Amino acid sequence: MGDDLQKTIENVCSRYGKVRGRMMDVVRDVHAAVGSLSPAATELIARAMGVRTVEVESVVSFYAFFSDRPKGKFVIRLCNDVIDQLSGVHRVAQAFREELGIDFGQTTADGLFTLEWTPCIGMCDQAPAALVNEKVMTWLSSDQAREIIGTLRRTGDIDKVRHTLGSGNNSHRLVRSMVSNNIRRRGPVVFADLPAGQALHKAISMSPVEVVKQIKNSRLRGRGGAGFPAGMKWEFTRASEGAEKYVLCNADEGEPGTFKDRVILTECPDLLFEGMAIAGYAIGARHGILYLRGEYEYLRAFLESVLEARRQKKLLGQGILGKDGFDFDVRIQMGAGAYVCGEESALISSCEGRRGDPKNRPPFPAQRGYLGFPTSINNVETFCAAARVLDEGAAWFAEIGTKESAGTKLFSISGDCQAPGVYELPFGVTLRELIDAAGGSDVVAAQVGGPSGQMVGRADFERKLSYEDLATGGAVMVFGPGRDLLEIVRGMTEFFVDESCGYCTPCRVGNRLLLQGVNKVLAGHAEEKDLADLEALGQMVKTASRCGLGQTSPNPVLTTLRSFRPEYQRRLGQFPAGRQPTFDLHKAVLDAEAIAGRPSIHHNA
Amino acid sequence: MSDTIKITIDGRTISGQRGQTIMVAADAAGIYIPRLCAHKDLTPYGGCRLCTVMVNGRAQSACTQPITEGMVVEHDTAQLRDLRAGLIEMLFVEGNHYCPFCEKSGNCELQAMAYRFGVMAPRYGYMFPKRDIDMSHPDVYLDQNRCILCARCARASREIDGKGIFDFVGRGPHRHISPGEAGLGATNLAATDAAAGICPVGSLMKKRIGFAIPIGQREYDHRPIGTDVDRGRA
Repeated sequence: MGDDLQKTIENVCSRYGKVRGRMMDVVRDVHAAVGSLSPAATELIARAMGVRTVEVESVVSFYAFFSDRPKGKFVIRLCNDVIDQLSGVHRVAQAFREELGIDFGQTTADGLFTLEWTPCIGMCDQAPAALVNEKVMTWLSSDQAREIIGTLRRTGDIDKVRHTLGSGNNSHRLVRSMVSNNIRRRGPVVFADLPAGQALHKAISMSPVEVVKQIKNSRLRGRGGAGFPAGMKWEFTRASEGAEKYVLCNADEGEPGTFKDRVILTECPDLLFEGMAIAGYAIGARHGILYLRGEYEYLRAFLESVLEARRQKKLLGQGILGKDGFDFDVRIQMGAGAYVCGEESALISSCEGRRGDPKNRPPFPAQRGYLGFPTSINNVETFCAAARVLDEGAAWFAEIGTKESAGTKLFSISGDCQAPGVYELPFGVTLRELIDAAGGSDVVAAQVGGPSGQMVGRADFERKLSYEDLATGGAVMVFGPGRDLLEIVRGMTEFFVDESCGYCTPCRVGNRLLLQGVNKVLAGHAEEKDLADLEALGQMVKTASRCGLGQTSPNPVLTTLRSFRPEYQRRLGQFPAGRQPTFDLHKAVLDAEAIAGRPSIHHNA
Repeated sequence: MSDTIKITIDGRTISGQRGQTIMVAADAAGIYIPRLCAHKDLTPYGGCRLCTVMVNGRAQSACTQPITEGMVVEHDTAQLRDLRAGLIEMLFVEGNHYCPFCEKSGNCELQAMAYRFGVMAPRYGYMFPKRDIDMSHPDVYLDQNRCILCARCARASREIDGKGIFDFVGRGPHRHISPGEAGLGATNLAATDAAAGICPVGSLMKKRIGFAIPIGQREYDHRPIGTDVDRGRA
């Protein structure tokens, strides 16, 4: 066994040329081959790669999908984000528990099943959802949960689980997934046809500088949420000196409530890769990396096939479209379950085979990014829009949307509405129009931009979805009356506690303190002063945190304190001066007795 | 292009050299910006965030932010003093810091920083985590209870000692410094390494030298941390 393990690891490491920067792939492949990353495996990897063992442990322990202990043959990861919770995931969870006789975080004695919670897997429009190994199971009921376990026990074959194939390319032989696209509105930018190569042809008829100028003139801004002008990013990267340059695509959409990139990857991968190649041409990069979130592993083989087809058509590789010196290719880097890797500098760390800690800026990626080379990182949707700009022209694109926000935007809407799914609408559409389109007739609150965005009430529904007003990377979660907003806030804050990388003090500690504060309110132990303390703490975390995660993680608390303060106030208690409602004297005595090993004197406890 | 750059800190104009960080320029001008993870012999880290300043209205860590001509820095404001005190308190409640019987007392930068900021009791509740102590090395021990995750030991080991003994493992609340699963005793750490003597708190400590200097005669017993910079002697 020891020799086998060594041989396996040696093979995997050799597959990646024992290059330190490919540590993510090495660790992933070893994990897939032997089921876990035991101390023995970790040490062998370190030895083969020529690094210290702790370096490997550092990577392994960062990502949720890597485990140092053996797990079941089937790992069931049930999504526990806000929307799944509203969709009855607890009934599904109970069915899994009962059927398997284990709780979450445990593995069955026969080594067949492991049950885990996982944050948003990008299926909020078909919740409750789960990953069984890399297979996605959507619209789960408790009956289906039992059926899945029954089938897996009986057949040991994940493909035998009864399911209907989803729409579009979800039925493709390389995908074969029950995921639905739920494209509810098609706009002219992303969800319109574009023959592969057409925009690239137009791009190479211009000089790279002219291509950058086209993107600048189109006023295209980053679709991930931050809204940085894409043309400027390309221009900076182009202007930076470097022996190599890189184009990175951020397909790590992990913001709970976001799933638009999943639909683009499924239905418009050619448009995406066309945009990446255009970026490569404009910037002078020969290499592109698609950073694909671990949850979307089921799309990987399909995406690889699209890349291969483009190589065959001379749309990737050496001398693209016969243009001498235009070489560009794309590799897929798989993530492994870490929300923070959607932060661009953390994404670079992860691509470099390290834990996903964000980096200090400056230097910015455009100056020194992946492996120290100038790098442009753009969102999936941004590349698609860039390809369209080159095909239709900057002026055409700039005509759509608003002054500050050109083009269309893909919105992922989920929650209490009739038609959750993806809507491509021009920027400037009001929140009300989007909610109406999705059939959210009784919506009272909307989380715009996911947990890191803001929770708004009806008073804000007439606001425009755009960078200049209500900004969003696309996620809109809507809630009807009767939903407990504070429970929702608790869920979102818990998410940030778990997903913080822990590098800086305010995010690592502050988010836990925010969660304590919310729990205190929910328990009825808070006073008016606690709300002011929560606000002060939230501001502190926002101000002092090192990256975008901590700078936005207090938003659920802060925006609900602003827009829905009565939700907090109705739970406040009145306590005589000096009394600490969080201190339970009775429980403290019981604890002390237990520690001292004395029988309790509180017979009626 | 001149290599001398002028910036203002709290309205005072100082000059520094191109490529310097705000912290380095401020130190040279006798302005002490509080810090725990920053160390003059190590590359900037930007983790503790105590050196947070407002640069042209935006929060930045002074230890990592390079100066640029005409930069307007706010440093000693009521808001930032409160923020820094809050961060110090977060570090206190996150770990287990037993100042009265900690060997580091008086030489501890976290304790000294709390005194400098007049922190009497933290505004947050203690978390009382359960953390490990690694005594496996003959000359050095690692007490996770007091670790503030500043990465000084990791950087010193990599950058000065050329050993790279330490790294972080775990994420978020589980993140902690580690010499590897096999423990400190399995590493080639020497008590004479820079890493072994660079911990700002009582976490990575040398054995058998406890209380060599009596309490009352230690580094910060009589003058606040940062006094050397305050006096313009940096």
